[in-house]
Amino acid sequence: MAPESPAAPSPSRLDTFRGLSKGTRAWLIAGTLFILLSLTRVLTDGGDLTSSHTAGTTLRVTIPILLAGLAGLWAERCGIVNIGIEGMMILGTWFGGWGAWKFGPWVGLILAIIAGSMGGLLHAFAVVRFNVNHIISGVAINLLAFGGMRYLSELVYTADVQGGGISQSPPQKSPIPRVNVPFLAGGEIFGWKSPDMLGWLEKHGWFLIGDLAGITRGLVHNVSWASIIALCLVPLTGWVLWRTRFGLRVRSSGEAPSAAESLGVKITPLRYYAMLISGGLAGFGGGFLAIVSSSYYRQGQTANRGFIGLATTIFGNWRPVGVLGGATLFGFAEALQLVGPSSLPKLFLFLAMVAALAAISSMVAHRLVSAASGLIAGFLFFLVYWEVNKVPEPLTKAAPYVLTLIVLATASQRLRPPAHAGLPYRSGEDH
Amino acid sequence: MSLPDTEGFGEVPDPTPDADINRRHSRAPKPWLVTLASSLAAVGIALVIAGILLAITGKNPIDAYSKMLDAGLQKNKLLETMQRATPFMIAAVAVAIGFKMNLFNIGVEGQFLMGMFFAAIAGAYVHLPAPLHVTFCLLVAMTAGAAWAGIAAVLKVRRGVNEVIATIMLNMIALSVIDWMFNEKFRYEGPSLDVKTKPLPPTAWMPDIVKNRLGSFIIIALLVVLLFWLVVYKSRFGFRLRASGLNAVAARTAGISSNRMIIIAMLMSGAVAGLAGMPSLLGDTHAYGPTRPDGYGFQGIAVALLGRNSPLGIVVAALLFGFLDSVQGPLQLTGIPSSIVQVIKAIILLTVVIVNEVVGRRVAKRTADRTAAALAIPMVVAA
Repeated sequence: MAPESPAAPSPSRLDTFRGLSKGTRAWLIAGTLFILLSLTRVLTDGGDLTSSHTAGTTLRVTIPILLAGLAGLWAERCGIVNIGIEGMMILGTWFGGWGAWKFGPWVGLILAIIAGSMGGLLHAFAVVRFNVNHIISGVAINLLAFGGMRYLSELVYTADVQGGGISQSPPQKSPIPRVNVPFLAGGEIFGWKSPDMLGWLEKHGWFLIGDLAGITRGLVHNVSWASIIALCLVPLTGWVLWRTRFGLRVRSSGEAPSAAESLGVKITPLRYYAMLISGGLAGFGGGFLAIVSSSYYRQGQTANRGFIGLATTIFGNWRPVGVLGGATLFGFAEALQLVGPSSLPKLFLFLAMVAALAAISSMVAHRLVSAASGLIAGFLFFLVYWEVNKVPEPLTKAAPYVLTLIVLATASQRLRPPAHAGLPYRSGEDH
Repeated sequence: MSLPDTEGFGEVPDPTPDADINRRHSRAPKPWLVTLASSLAAVGIALVIAGILLAITGKNPIDAYSKMLDAGLQKNKLLETMQRATPFMIAAVAVAIGFKMNLFNIGVEGQFLMGMFFAAIAGAYVHLPAPLHVTFCLLVAMTAGAAWAGIAAVLKVRRGVNEVIATIMLNMIALSVIDWMFNEKFRYEGPSLDVKTKPLPPTAWMPDIVKNRLGSFIIIALLVVLLFWLVVYKSRFGFRLRASGLNAVAARTAGISSNRMIIIAMLMSGAVAGLAGMPSLLGDTHAYGPTRPDGYGFQGIAVALLGRNSPLGIVVAALLFGFLDSVQGPLQLTGIPSSIVQVIKAIILLTVVIVNEVVGRRVAKRTADRTAAALAIPMVVAA
């Protein structure tokens, strides 16, 4: 993958990006990727790739994955592996759907968050209080959430509840309001309809400008408030974990709990708080699925997104922006599948160009092995683009997991998981 | 990744049988008794918690439990219990093999699906006499399961990828791969409207012991458990495996390569896991379809933990889970949502590990106290 290959600084070679700060480098890579994407769109006449519709769908399917990824991030940063994200999301979908049906969407969302955090609390209780193996507790929570929510459905959505059943809730009362930003996407100001400038630009489809307009419009047109709140949680997580005292302590609990404890940090309550947050984020993700992505609860609605979230945490190197990037990548693939399955193969041309560019930059830096592998990968991607005109849906679904395994197997040197995540720890025993 | 005390706390060294100490500290109960008692306690606590949940939601727990017992103890239901316990036994053995090597194979779910799918398609295109055909299907299933688990083993040994993460990802990938292959290639356009693979010829079917109640696969399942006991607990290889699982570094100094053990244990675990879908495939559905069984892998973890990875324990725990599954129907008829059974199982999983932790800690502390006492007395006398 291109964003990774030029990243590691090494004195022995000519670095393509030498002398640039980390931020500049990230922007440069993002800009290059965007230009290549735009080029792909023009070359393949694949309007779907960067249309506002695709961008909007990407946002919608990214949010639950993002929230699940952040749930994994919070848990692992405090030193607890959370396999139970899926179960906590199931709790969120059920209570979200129920609350939205009974009381309205906002109450549903809040109930979803509370239900999820109760799942997190249970996980923390088993793991912190009783020092139970993290994986087993997580598996138990997944089983418990699935069975328990089915039990509640059978209990609540009986025959006399119209529109509900054993496996789904009645539809919600009203959806969460959506926003159109004035002037950019034709939002209304006090009843006056402002011009839809990005929509106008997108329609003309100029190289770069049209794509930028399309993607931006997807992010400012008809956006649910819940999405905006969820997106704000990325910088908020980053700020809390890396800029506050509480965050420093949470991270120390995930890196070296006994060292932290010897300095007076109270690990036990800290882990409970972090797991409440983790569970709440997962519950939010579940609630989003039931309330925003859909308008009712359905059994199996989470569709293993909790596990994609777990993959995203790893893929994103246990960092909020990385998680956002991973979730967007996985969400983009899913969205393209939803919007127009025919445009998915065009992505392979994009990947081929990315690989070719990475190969060139490696060649400039005299890294012949990676240059060669980049060229081969690019050629293979191009072959796929040439040959395949429809990517089967199950294979797109597998992509996040395959990518995560590849990253784990090839780039584990660059991954920096919290050192103590998943290890047993009892307060006061290690030192 | 450290696993819970999978070895059990059976290896408590008996301190010196000094009469003086025995008077002060009541004699330690037999280890197997502690194990049995704690497992029973875990199930009991789980039933109490589930009972409270039932009561909160307006159902009478005593009523529910007595109905479960009434229905479950009938002859037909007892046979169904055994039938439903069959895949749990196999899945639990697969998980337990991993535990013995300090590996957490959470991928039994994906491995058994792979085994089932490949056995279904390979078996349908082969013509063999009956016993050979069944054997062929079983071998294909074991190979597919082992191969899928082998990916995780290679990733762990060669690239240091945690097997828990790898097997979770492989579970998800297995689902996608199977869906893809099924949709693209192996959907059988037969006379019936069922969406299935090409049905297996009758030579690959396994007969029922009791018609429509109990399939003959339970014999194979019990054989698997027996083999597990012989190989893991009684053979030289099993000793090396357990030694490496308990302390890989110490075992390496004795010439036992932990990498080799990881690969072998994972392949064995995957091969056994591949069999878990076979009772359903060879004994019942005779074809693979989207209405496949699921959850054996995760419930196998619960069964293995409840059975403390011991062969006998696994059989008993699997029977308990089979019993719970078999009473779902009767429970539903009496107006209690049958999903409570799934809730009970999940709570059992949690209480088992919690009770194991608590009791293990107690026993360890007791041992430490007794050892301290045994060491302290001579010193006091000497002084």
